[in-house]
Amino acid sequence: MKLTLRIWRQAGPAEPGRMVAYEVPDANPDMSFLELLDVLNERLTLEGEDPVTFDHDCREGICGSCGVVINGQAHGPRALTTTCQLHVRSFADGDVIDIEPWRSVAFGVLKDLMVDRSGLDRIIQAGGYISAPTGSAPEAHSTPVPKPIADTAFDNATCIGCGACVAACPNGSAMLFTSAKVTHLNSLPQGAPERASRVLNLVEAMDAEGFGGCTNTGECTNACPKGIPLDSIATLNREYLRASLGRK
Amino acid sequence: MNFWRSTIGKKTVMAVTGLLMLLFLIVHMLGNLKIFFGPTDFDHYAHWLRTIGDPVLHESWYLWIQRFVLVVVVVLHAVSAYQLSRRDLKARPTKYSHHQRAKAGYATHIMRYGGITLALFIIYHILDFTTLTLNRHGVDGDAYDNVVSSFSVWWVTVIYIAAMIFLGLHIQHGFWSAAQTLGYNRPSRDRTFKVAATSLAVLLTVGFLIVPVSVLAGLVD
Repeated sequence: MKLTLRIWRQAGPAEPGRMVAYEVPDANPDMSFLELLDVLNERLTLEGEDPVTFDHDCREGICGSCGVVINGQAHGPRALTTTCQLHVRSFADGDVIDIEPWRSVAFGVLKDLMVDRSGLDRIIQAGGYISAPTGSAPEAHSTPVPKPIADTAFDNATCIGCGACVAACPNGSAMLFTSAKVTHLNSLPQGAPERASRVLNLVEAMDAEGFGGCTNTGECTNACPKGIPLDSIATLNREYLRASLGRK
Repeated sequence: MNFWRSTIGKKTVMAVTGLLMLLFLIVHMLGNLKIFFGPTDFDHYAHWLRTIGDPVLHESWYLWIQRFVLVVVVVLHAVSAYQLSRRDLKARPTKYSHHQRAKAGYATHIMRYGGITLALFIIYHILDFTTLTLNRHGVDGDAYDNVVSSFSVWWVTVIYIAAMIFLGLHIQHGFWSAAQTLGYNRPSRDRTFKVAATSLAVLLTVGFLIVPVSVLAGLVD
C-alpha cells in the first residue's frame, strides 16, 4: 500500500510547528498504525533526518500512552480502538492521512506528536484513589457490592487516561476522564469515606489545569477507546452537586 | 463561592436559570394563545396580569417582581455562558488542520450564537410590546391591537419566526443538557429526556409562531 502521511512536526515546546508530508510506498495492510510510523522513522533515521516523536508503550490498547489525532479523529476512524490497535488496513491504498497531536491548552506539545499529559496525573493526585491501609488483599466477600454497581465501577475503571476525550472535545474539557474516576470510586463502598472530598478536589484540580467546561456535545464518548459513557458525566455532576450541598 | 468559581457550578447555574426561563416561556406561550378568543378577552387577560396578587400587592407589583426575577435569571444565565465560553475557547487555542465534522447535532453547535440572537431578540421584543417604543399602534392597554399592528408587517413576523426557530433549537439541546448537568439523567431516562426536549422545543416554537402567522394570514385582525 502506498500512503501519504502528513504529520505535525514541532522541534520543541516553544518552537513553531507545521504539517510535513511523507510518502510511505511500502505500507503493509497488517501493520499497526504505530508500526507504520516505525517504518517511516527507520527510513528517516537512515536518511539522517529527525524521526517523528510519538508516545507509545504497551501497544496492546491498555496503557493509554499512544494517542494521536488521525484525520481529525482522536485515535483514528475506528470506534473503541486505540492508535496502537488501529491497523493500516483501515485505510485505502493512496490515502493521505493527517496525523496531529492532541490539542488542548492543558496538553502542551513537547515534540511532534508527543504532548504533556501530566495534567491528568495531577487530577488523579487530587483524589483519584482510596486512602486505605495497604497489605494483603482483603477477603472479597467481606464487602458485598451489588452486581450492577460493580459493573458500573468496572466500566469506568477501564479508563486508561489516554486523553482522547480532551483531544476530541471542542472545549478541551477533561470532564469524561474526571467523571470516569469519580464514578469508579464513588460507586463503591471502598470509596465512600472520601466520596464528597474526592469529587470536590478532582473538579478543582481539573479546573486549575485550564481544561474547558462540558457543553454536553458528546464528542468525548465517541472518541473514547474504552467506551466510557456520557452517563459518567451526569454522575460526576450529581456527585459534585451532592458534595457542594454538604450531603455526606 | 467555590461552587460559582467551578465549571460545574456555573453550568448548574445555567441549567437552573434555563429551566426557570423555560417555565416562564410555557406560561407566556399559553397566555398568548388567548388572542384567539378575541380582543375583549385578550385585553382583559393583559390587564389581569397587572392585577395579580391584588389586593395584597398593589397594581403591577407582581409584574415588577416577576420582571426583576427574570432579569436576575437572564443575567446569571448570560454571565455564566459568557465566562464558560471564554474559558472553553481558551482551552482549545489550536484547531486541528484536518477538520472533522462534529457528531453533535446542529442544535448543540448553535447554542452560543443562538443565545446571543435570543438576547438581542428579547431586547427588540420588549421595545415592541412592553415599552411599545417600536410598536406601530403603541397604545397602552390595547394589547390586542398592538399585537396585530406589529405582526401585520411581514418583516416583523419574519424576525419572530427566525427568533423562535433559534429558541426551539436552544431548548432542544438546553433541556436535555440541563438534565445532564443537574445529574438527573440516567441511561434509562436518556431517551425520555431527549424526546421531552424535542417536544418542548416544537411545542414552544409552534405555540409562539401561531400568533404572528395567524395575524399575517389575516386570521386574527
